[in-house]
Amino acid sequence: MDMSGAAFPDNVSRALADGKLQYAMTETGPRFIQKRAKAREALPEFDQLRDQARDIKDHVLANLDVYLERYEARVRASGGQVHWAETPDEARAAILGICSKVNARLVTKGKSMISEEIDLNQHLAENGITPVETDLGEYIIQLRNERPSHIIAPAVHLTRDQVEADFRKAHTHLDPNRDLTEIPSLVEEARAVLRQKYLAADVGVTGANFLIAETGTSIIVTNEGNGDLTQNLPRVHIVLASIEKIVPTLEDASTILRILARSATGQDFSNYTTLSTGPRRAGDLDGPDEYHVVILDNGRVNVLGTEFQDMLRCIRCGACLNHCPVYNAIGGHAYGWVYPGPIGAVVTPALIGIENAAHLPNASTFCGRCEEVCPMRIPIPRMLRHWREKEFERHLQPAAMRWGLGLWAWVARRPALYRRATALAARILANQGHGAGRLASVPFASGWTQNRDLPAPQGKTFHQLWKERRR
Amino acid sequence: MPPDAPRVALFVTCLVDLFRPSVGFAAVKLLEDAGCRVEVPEAQTCCGQPAYNSGDKADARALARQVIAAFKGYDYVVAPSGSCGGMIIKHYPELFETGTAEQAAAQELAARTHELVSFLTRVMGVGKVEAQFPARATYHDSCSGLRELGVRDEPRQLLASVAGLSLREMTDSEVCCGFGGTFCVKYPGISDKMLEKKLKHVQATGADTLIAGDLGCLMNMAGKLKRQGSSVKARHVAEVLAGDYLTPPIAEAE
Repeated sequence: MDMSGAAFPDNVSRALADGKLQYAMTETGPRFIQKRAKAREALPEFDQLRDQARDIKDHVLANLDVYLERYEARVRASGGQVHWAETPDEARAAILGICSKVNARLVTKGKSMISEEIDLNQHLAENGITPVETDLGEYIIQLRNERPSHIIAPAVHLTRDQVEADFRKAHTHLDPNRDLTEIPSLVEEARAVLRQKYLAADVGVTGANFLIAETGTSIIVTNEGNGDLTQNLPRVHIVLASIEKIVPTLEDASTILRILARSATGQDFSNYTTLSTGPRRAGDLDGPDEYHVVILDNGRVNVLGTEFQDMLRCIRCGACLNHCPVYNAIGGHAYGWVYPGPIGAVVTPALIGIENAAHLPNASTFCGRCEEVCPMRIPIPRMLRHWREKEFERHLQPAAMRWGLGLWAWVARRPALYRRATALAARILANQGHGAGRLASVPFASGWTQNRDLPAPQGKTFHQLWKERRR
Repeated sequence: MPPDAPRVALFVTCLVDLFRPSVGFAAVKLLEDAGCRVEVPEAQTCCGQPAYNSGDKADARALARQVIAAFKGYDYVVAPSGSCGGMIIKHYPELFETGTAEQAAAQELAARTHELVSFLTRVMGVGKVEAQFPARATYHDSCSGLRELGVRDEPRQLLASVAGLSLREMTDSEVCCGFGGTFCVKYPGISDKMLEKKLKHVQATGADTLIAGDLGCLMNMAGKLKRQGSSVKARHVAEVLAGDYLTPPIAEAE
């Protein structure tokens, strides 16, 4: 998959022609939607919680420095270390430094989108360290050398058959005649393979759903329990998070947790909500000897105070992806970088530059379903439009479209001229319809007519007829 | 018409003006039946949404100013479209700087602007229509009307009063049809995929008529239905509520 913004149209064509992808997308999409709807219905205060959650994050974003410093002090007080990383390079270097110090050979990993953002796996591998993803979906796409196609369901683009084939190819030490026709057998096999890795790993890397300023705690939610094993068994635990994951208190985190899983999978709560604060203390039964937090900016502070700030409220639940008809048509890989779907179309230009993601904000009908379901009330369509405004200002859109719209707007600002132009267009197009009521092809409108007919005008414009009839 | 009848300006919309005047006349009939005095301001062209959604705020603003001026003084402004209505109601105030006289004018216009069907029910208190329309129909919720203006029950309520018409709900009636203005020509492949899914749900109802409240969506869906050789007829909700079954359906001949 080409990761440059210009590849989007090609990615889309490939995705639309990919029968397996299309099958996988129709199987899973509606399920998430129904489950969220049920979970929401069962919680009368759901929408109030969304307001509270929005307010919590808005408050944090207005006081980000204060809470980040408070968080760092608490992590230190509990015996951990905080590493600030302005860029992916700095984050990678910090993690590699920690791993090198303990001569790490094997690193287990809980699910982390920030890890994708900094291409951590590749960097570790290049430096002789083997990363192993422990989230089942992440494990599958690691075997395939792919990026996640969904924020919470990384392998949602795959069918069961594909996963079976991947496992047979990767797990050559197992009986080639074993039965893998049922999904539970695939899960069991992954579990058995991964169990060995947990025990052998030197370092465990997890993401973070929340960083708690008042306690220096990081919180992850998982459904497989892989996060717990990743962070508890190795000697070193590294939390990898971005700056906007901070919330002031545990109470605030629990408010947001009440809408996170409901929005994501329709569960009341994820199976595991794991809090970790510092390394193992004297008397603790388990836990790592070292506890590190690597906090990445990667351009996020530049978004503060701009019309794009609201995107930093995102808690990566994936609800906007699940409900997006565009995402459901093309899958996540077509978006070309780390974050797919509506929120990806907002975040990606902010992190890699609008010139490298020019198509993403345009590939939306503004249907508004993303904003409707976003637990953090992020006005995604509005921000997509803001990106289009940036593109317009910087002349990044195709020249033909720019000129066409400019000409149209020029005429539309002159009602008398517009009247004459539309009357003419109505007559010509109606005649072209040859009484069929529709046109199969129209010059300069192949984008429309390649897939559908153009309904022909009725012959005269409303304004013409109104004058004739009402005078 | 009684002298105290509300003076309603019809915002025709550029698509209705150019492609389907019968929707405009159906809207006029419905408004007059509800007791309104209907006028059609001359200086209207388009609400400016194509410019606004393309990031061209200057042209969007210029067109908004034109609409604000043309529709000054009317008791209400009514559009047979949730999309154009949403543009005026939700987005015009965003086009101008906070606290300026221009923004105040945009807000004042927004406050008296309505989408047609919800205007009939919410403002004029219309609970039923006197119309006949023989059809087994299904209703598509256009995105802007549904999510920007909250129009959902209103068209169903009025359609239920149309003699000869039965309504059956399709799966995912609230999911976008893939039109999206310039989106459908900029990303024809994605648009077509969304459209195919939508029409599958339409066909599954067994309905012979597809109704919606926005001509853009209807032209998109009707164009595909005809390309597929389907016999399902596409109609604007105003035409159905006005009992205009004589005008040929969208994309069909006399």
